[in-house]
Amino acid sequence: MKRLLVLIILGLSLCLAGAAQAVSPDEMLSNPALEKRARTISAELRCMVCQNESIDDSNADLAKDLRLLVRERLVAGDTDQQVLDFLVARYGEFVLLKPRLQFSTLLLWGFPIAALVAGGFAILISIRRRRANPAQITPLTDGEKRELKKIFAAPKE
Amino acid sequence: MTVELGHFALVLALALSIVQAVLPVLGARRNDERMMAVAVPAAFTVFALIALSFVALTTAYVLSDFSVQNVFENSHSQKPLLYKFTGVWGNHEGSMLLWVLILSFFSALVAFFGNNLPPALKANVLGVQAWIGSAFLLFIVATSNPFTRINPAPIEGQDLNPILQDIGLAIHPPMLYLGYVGFSVCFSFAVAALIDGRIDAAWARWVRPWALTAWLFLTGGIAMGSYWAYYELGWGGWWFWDPVENASFMPWLAGTALLHSALVMEKRSALKIWTILLAILTFSLSLLGTFLVRSGVLTSVHTFATDPGRGLFILAILVLFIGGSLALFAWRAQTLEPGGLFQPISREGALVFNNLFLTTAAATVLIGTLYPLLLESLTGEKISVGAPFFNLTFGPLMLPLLAAVPFGPLLAWKRGDILAVAQRLMAAFFIALIAVGLVLYQTSASGVLAAFGIGLAVWLMLGAITDLVLKTGFGKTSASTAFQRLVGLPRSVFGTTLAHFALGVTLLGIVAVSTFATESVLVMKPGDTIAAGGYTLRFDRTESVKSSNYTEDQGHFTVLNSSGTEVTVLLSSKRFFPVRKMQTTEAGIKTFWFSQLYVSLGDAAKDGGVVVRVWWKPLVTLIWLGGVAMMGGGCLSLFDRRLRIGAPAKAKLSKARATA
Repeated sequence: MKRLLVLIILGLSLCLAGAAQAVSPDEMLSNPALEKRARTISAELRCMVCQNESIDDSNADLAKDLRLLVRERLVAGDTDQQVLDFLVARYGEFVLLKPRLQFSTLLLWGFPIAALVAGGFAILISIRRRRANPAQITPLTDGEKRELKKIFAAPKE
Repeated sequence: MTVELGHFALVLALALSIVQAVLPVLGARRNDERMMAVAVPAAFTVFALIALSFVALTTAYVLSDFSVQNVFENSHSQKPLLYKFTGVWGNHEGSMLLWVLILSFFSALVAFFGNNLPPALKANVLGVQAWIGSAFLLFIVATSNPFTRINPAPIEGQDLNPILQDIGLAIHPPMLYLGYVGFSVCFSFAVAALIDGRIDAAWARWVRPWALTAWLFLTGGIAMGSYWAYYELGWGGWWFWDPVENASFMPWLAGTALLHSALVMEKRSALKIWTILLAILTFSLSLLGTFLVRSGVLTSVHTFATDPGRGLFILAILVLFIGGSLALFAWRAQTLEPGGLFQPISREGALVFNNLFLTTAAATVLIGTLYPLLLESLTGEKISVGAPFFNLTFGPLMLPLLAAVPFGPLLAWKRGDILAVAQRLMAAFFIALIAVGLVLYQTSASGVLAAFGIGLAVWLMLGAITDLVLKTGFGKTSASTAFQRLVGLPRSVFGTTLAHFALGVTLLGIVAVSTFATESVLVMKPGDTIAAGGYTLRFDRTESVKSSNYTEDQGHFTVLNSSGTEVTVLLSSKRFFPVRKMQTTEAGIKTFWFSQLYVSLGDAAKDGGVVVRVWWKPLVTLIWLGGVAMMGGGCLSLFDRRLRIGAPAKAKLSKARATA
């Protein structure tokens, strides 16, 4: 994968070279429902020393610590949202792989819909315009008229 | 000596490339045939020179000439020969050299196959190709020279990153680059048309084979990369929405849109201006991808700022080409005649719908990829945009598009009848509904998402077949007539059918593996068993093996079927590379029909066991088989008669000469 090429070029082999691996049995909770929630939450949290990897996928030590922290909070009775809030309070918005909707991410979340609507409108308008004026003949510009005159005026070879 | 020869050839290529960038374009403006005629031999020679330089670098790798810094940093004398070859592009400098090699290769192809092009158009196209080539050659010579020597020469090299020591590196980057860079031809054609201020349906016919070629390589490159990541990284993911993946996916989305809009332009002479813009945008996204990957801007805005040399250089190239071509577009697009008319419900309308959603999807991926960078450099605020965002935005955008795919080829050009088409698709629709029902029944209504996903995939596949059935009149006429018609169909019809069918195949794989995959993470001791997807996996033993440049811990497993008989053995291992002190996971993968059993070996546990991760990945191979089939569809289309004979009619050619 190209992502690997980048990692290598940047010397960021940290996450891949680690001896530990993603979720290991000793981390897992005995309660399967809680463990399932932990996995779901983990997939939405970023391993902050890696490039775009969730803590669920990452081998880095930090990711392991975060996985344990998530499980700790869940065992303590936090809801999923509380766990996420706790991590954001501690590590900032950077930790969320799915940014929350707020002022600074308005453009990000709004963009796909805005682009679709804008594109749709552009198509509608161009269809309307065509229909209103089907035989669209653009009049010659002054320059073209002059050019034409010159051609007609020119003596035949 | 070879190395210096390569270096010299590279500089010479740059010089000649500048000649090719200037003279033909000037010639086209002044209508000077001799100046225009420079383009073809220059294109051939630039290609030959860059090829020579590439061969020189490869020779240095194969001979393990560690006096060359690039070889020292990325090779090792004990490295298997294949990786000595592939290691050439497994690093920044070498991969940039491959980039320009492929660019000059495409220029040479245009020069070779361009005999039926109007001379001015050909000169301009080759000129624009050389603008791109000159910029990147200058970049290589100035900031990323692969031929730099070190003195004294080290005894041994630092080895290639172990993760790259894989057959994937031999296939993936060259294919991806053939795709990325292939779109440069479309870009050059678009810019040449804008310079010329003239464009007609023949233009689309010239551009389409190039767009198709680039697209099919890009498709293959992405599919290959995805499979490589899947088996190499050892956790069974096949798509990560990583910025680097997005960098290759955006041109693919835009390129797919381009293929479809070029069709409208060719057949109906409509959407001209849009097609030109799309050709520019597609290659711009390729350039952006190159910038994102090569400048280091992705890791952090700060590393980019602290080591600005390369990054700023590529940024300058990016601004120059994207900004320049868009400015040219804004300035000249108005001079192009608007094209033919069509009703909203028509083949053209369907293709516009396709373009709307594909470009919106590409734009969504773009903003998701760049937003963190932009936000950080503007406000200093750090956010992450990862897989959950893309799944939530890209997914819904694809749904209406995929649902509409079967309608497209069935609608008539100019004015279509959607009700009649819906009627013809009735059978496909009902079978898809039955599939939805079956999945709901099987999962006792819990797999709603899976059910509709699989329904959509079935709809896509049957919809594609419906088109073929209708076109041959199968079932309505005698079998022999239908067969004769089938044989008589243009190859592009088969191309469309196959590619659209393949889309369904890929979707089926994606849905199945994301909803029905099972995972077990456990500590296993020899003799332990675990069930996975109807099979039982038994852990037999571990073994240490030494190879030329790594040591390996192998885990031996046996796969048993439901009745307890041994089906096959499976080997999953971890490799340790002493030179780089790095460890890689070699997942053990066994394919059963289209599904796979995926076993990855973890660390030794405290009590003498080993951590083992076992995944059952139902229908996972369909994801990539679909990609391969899409390539097949592209190939069929490429060899369609109308493209093969390249038939921009002679009349047009002479007319072009007369007006030139």
